[in-house]
Amino acid sequence: MMLYLLLASGLFLIGCHGLFASEGMLRKLLALNVLSSAVFLAFVTIARMSDPLDPVPHAIVLTGLVVTVSTTAVALAIVIRLAAGGSDLSRGRREEDE
Amino acid sequence: MAPLASHAYDLLLAGALLWLAWQATHAADLFRSVISFIVFGLLMALAWIRLDAPDIALAEAAIGAGVTGALLLSALGRLTSAPAEKPAATRRWPGTIAVLALAATVLALLGAAAWQLPAPGLGDAVAGHMPRAGVDNPVTGVLLNFRAFDTLLEIGVLLLAVVAIWSLGPTPEPLVPAIPSPALPALGRMLWPMFVLATFYLLWRGTHAPGGAFQAGAVLGAGGILVILAGARPWLTGEDNGPWRWLLSLGVVTMLLAALSTTLIGQRFFEYPESAAAGVILVLEITAAISIAMLLFAAYLNGQPPARWRGYPHS
Amino acid sequence: MTLTEWLGTALVIAGVPFLLSGTLGLLRFPDVYTRLHALAKGDNVGLGLICVGLGIQSGSVTVALKLLLIWVLMLIASATGAGLIARTALARGLKPWGL
Repeated sequence: MMLYLLLASGLFLIGCHGLFASEGMLRKLLALNVLSSAVFLAFVTIARMSDPLDPVPHAIVLTGLVVTVSTTAVALAIVIRLAAGGSDLSRGRREEDE
Repeated sequence: MAPLASHAYDLLLAGALLWLAWQATHAADLFRSVISFIVFGLLMALAWIRLDAPDIALAEAAIGAGVTGALLLSALGRLTSAPAEKPAATRRWPGTIAVLALAATVLALLGAAAWQLPAPGLGDAVAGHMPRAGVDNPVTGVLLNFRAFDTLLEIGVLLLAVVAIWSLGPTPEPLVPAIPSPALPALGRMLWPMFVLATFYLLWRGTHAPGGAFQAGAVLGAGGILVILAGARPWLTGEDNGPWRWLLSLGVVTMLLAALSTTLIGQRFFEYPESAAAGVILVLEITAAISIAMLLFAAYLNGQPPARWRGYPHS
Repeated sequence: MTLTEWLGTALVIAGVPFLLSGTLGLLRFPDVYTRLHALAKGDNVGLGLICVGLGIQSGSVTVALKLLLIWVLMLIASATGAGLIARTALARGLKPWGL
């Protein structure tokens, strides 16, 4: 089980680094998803280590998966809008700056 | 021999997951990132199985790899027609080190917090109350009886997400990419009955074995997206079909009704009478599954559907 | 071990080389079309043998039928996926290797 805790830590670091350091909205969104997977993995590993098996974290992770896909869907819709109108938006902002 | 083999399997799985996570967040090519992430989702399903969490594995395979993959790929298709994004990850070492140090600190704090969790967990408490839950699968019992409030809020989040997406503007055209192969639409039409069958199977199983409303809803939602790709129109969402679109809020409304009616008959909020628990949970499971499925493919539309689907450009 | 267990194990082991050669083809073949060819053929047979082997080993008719259903669905899905990838590649103008 130690292996899965280490895996969760590694995924957490990769996700954090991707979220802040990689460029492009889509890549940041993927990093956010990796990050949430890492947190879910830690939850379920801790649930696995208790005896008897603790079903509450399983239920929380199930709801968490649906919440993650909702977040991803909203973010993707916004990213698509930004890319489609991106040139207009940036032009507008630049005019404001001047 | 057996423990050695299973350790090797775990190590291989962990290595593949780390490599795919790195590819998904740091590959120079966006398409590569997205595909890596979809494979990452599939392998996560294997990891859930290794951790004795088959309920989550089912949901991850349908949502993490299926629905999220379809969302990402269709978004990618829309993005590449727009001006290209900048190539990835310019190397700035001081920044990288700062980010990693911060992440490691947060990780250490979270680890310390997790270490102090009460050791045996809630397994005994749940097992003790299972006879009163109305179902035999502890995860379903927690989701729809002991912690039903969480589930209500979670379906509420999904509904709000769809409201947010629809409020961004009309569905971009074309709804689906031009598909150069006739096989995919045929597959979508042919497999739809299989999706419905699998949904009801998972719903029925959920009362006594891994499965339930979430997995069933996710499978039906993924199937719905495949049928949309096959050229079907999500007619339910069109304004010319009037109040049918209110079905999207079916799950939230039913759960709220169940919660409020328990207070009316003198029980506490969401505390079902023991004799009726099984029936209430069945109704909640069916409505939640339908709602989750419809909300998932309503979210796939990427915007408010047009008032009339008739005459909407296909591709 | 009983006869059915031996038979099941033998079928599973027989499936492995097919998966291995499919993966080898995916890694070593020169272009997308030949890779799809290796993958679709090798993996379908390999998965089929493994599913039949596991079904025999399980000793239960319902489990065996479910495994068979999984194999049939995988056959349809992999054929569709391979066709879709190949046609998309062709539409993007990728020339098959050697032409």
